[in-house]
Amino acid sequence: MNSYQKRSKDELARRVAQDIHDGAYVNLGIGMPTLVANHIPKGLEVILHSENGILGMGPAPAEGSEDYDLINAGKQPVTLLKGGAFFHHADSFAMMRGGHLDICVLGAFQVSATGDLANWHTGEPGAIPAVGGAMDLAIGAKQTWVMMDLLTKKGESKIVNACTYPLTGIACVKRIYSDLATLECTPQGLKLIDKVEGLGHAELEKLAGLPIQPA
Amino acid sequence: MINKIAPSIAEALAGVKDGSTVMIGGFGTAGIPNELIDGLIEQGAKDLTVVNNNAGNADQGLAALLKAGRVRKIICSFPRQADSHVFDELYRSGRIELELVPQGNLAERIRAAGAGIGAFFTPTGFGTELAKNSDGSPKETREINGIQYLLEYPIYGDVALIKAECGDRWGNLMYRMAARNFGPVMATAAKQTIATVHEIRELGALDPENIVTPGIFVSKIVKIERVATQAGGFKKAA
Repeated sequence: MNSYQKRSKDELARRVAQDIHDGAYVNLGIGMPTLVANHIPKGLEVILHSENGILGMGPAPAEGSEDYDLINAGKQPVTLLKGGAFFHHADSFAMMRGGHLDICVLGAFQVSATGDLANWHTGEPGAIPAVGGAMDLAIGAKQTWVMMDLLTKKGESKIVNACTYPLTGIACVKRIYSDLATLECTPQGLKLIDKVEGLGHAELEKLAGLPIQPA
Repeated sequence: MINKIAPSIAEALAGVKDGSTVMIGGFGTAGIPNELIDGLIEQGAKDLTVVNNNAGNADQGLAALLKAGRVRKIICSFPRQADSHVFDELYRSGRIELELVPQGNLAERIRAAGAGIGAFFTPTGFGTELAKNSDGSPKETREINGIQYLLEYPIYGDVALIKAECGDRWGNLMYRMAARNFGPVMATAAKQTIATVHEIRELGALDPENIVTPGIFVSKIVKIERVATQAGGFKKAA
């Protein structure tokens, strides 16, 4: 009988947000990572980067005041905070590739224990490949964090020894924030940061299918 | 006297030749030069290579250019969209060539072309499927100070079609918000850059501190009306 509860999407977003420091420049990937913006502790100044050319991105505008020249990388209308700035694409990706962003939070299909990331393409025959900024984001920030469920819908671990999906980047993921545990990816493999209450270490290793060095 | 103001879209696009590489600015709803794309469809140039972040949406703009059979090859980072059915069909039936480039490498390859850089080493894409040339051979790599890099070459345009906010007769341009996106780099990388603007100001009226694209990079500007479409900014789709 399981005596633990998975983190909900919002709980997971809150857990990620806890580790973001005051003054950080952060890029939140499309999908689940965008939820993190709703949980940044009050009083912190965190500057969100959107790769289409915005620093200081604010929340969605009120209904009716959308401006379609002011959108995020997911092409949804956003707002600009005081102090925000616009810039062109080459500058925007220089901010990533040049190591100026502190943190990038991404979703993933698979992450290897040493931090290889697969999140852009399933590689299925007939699937149209599309990469966008995924490869630039994966290797560009000082720290790349992945936010995902530990298991697929079929119950397979998304943390693997070696990715079977096409790679986005090699040894680029520093931390995995999942619904069951927070893990560090190191050259020696996984290391536990924390896990949900009631989940045993051995059980977590069994679910992940890999050894995890205790915290 | 310099006067880069073209009286019409048709006149601005008159010189586009068959076989050209056409850079088209825009990301999402922002900065897409829809009027110039429509003009290019009318103008009739074919066998084009298009450089854009995406590969068209729904049935208008770039998707209409693809549908008209004018595009031989597209160089982009994200062709797959919920409504990219025109591209999807052409690609699946082998009627269009795709060169998929990570978005930051795309921007930097365009920048390199405009800046006279012969090639550059980038960490993005190293060790991935995109570290291959179109013939499947591996791209050149090099380790520099312990980091692995890929060699990427510039993307040169014959023509760049971009959307700016305002300009003057010297071709100086200012942009609006996130509609800036690829405009300034594409303007530098093409032999000929054609920009639409919503406003043409007297020479000297644009604040020189705020000119983003200096006129040296611009060949022609055309004034267009601001329409209440998404790509026109300001308002929801009409």
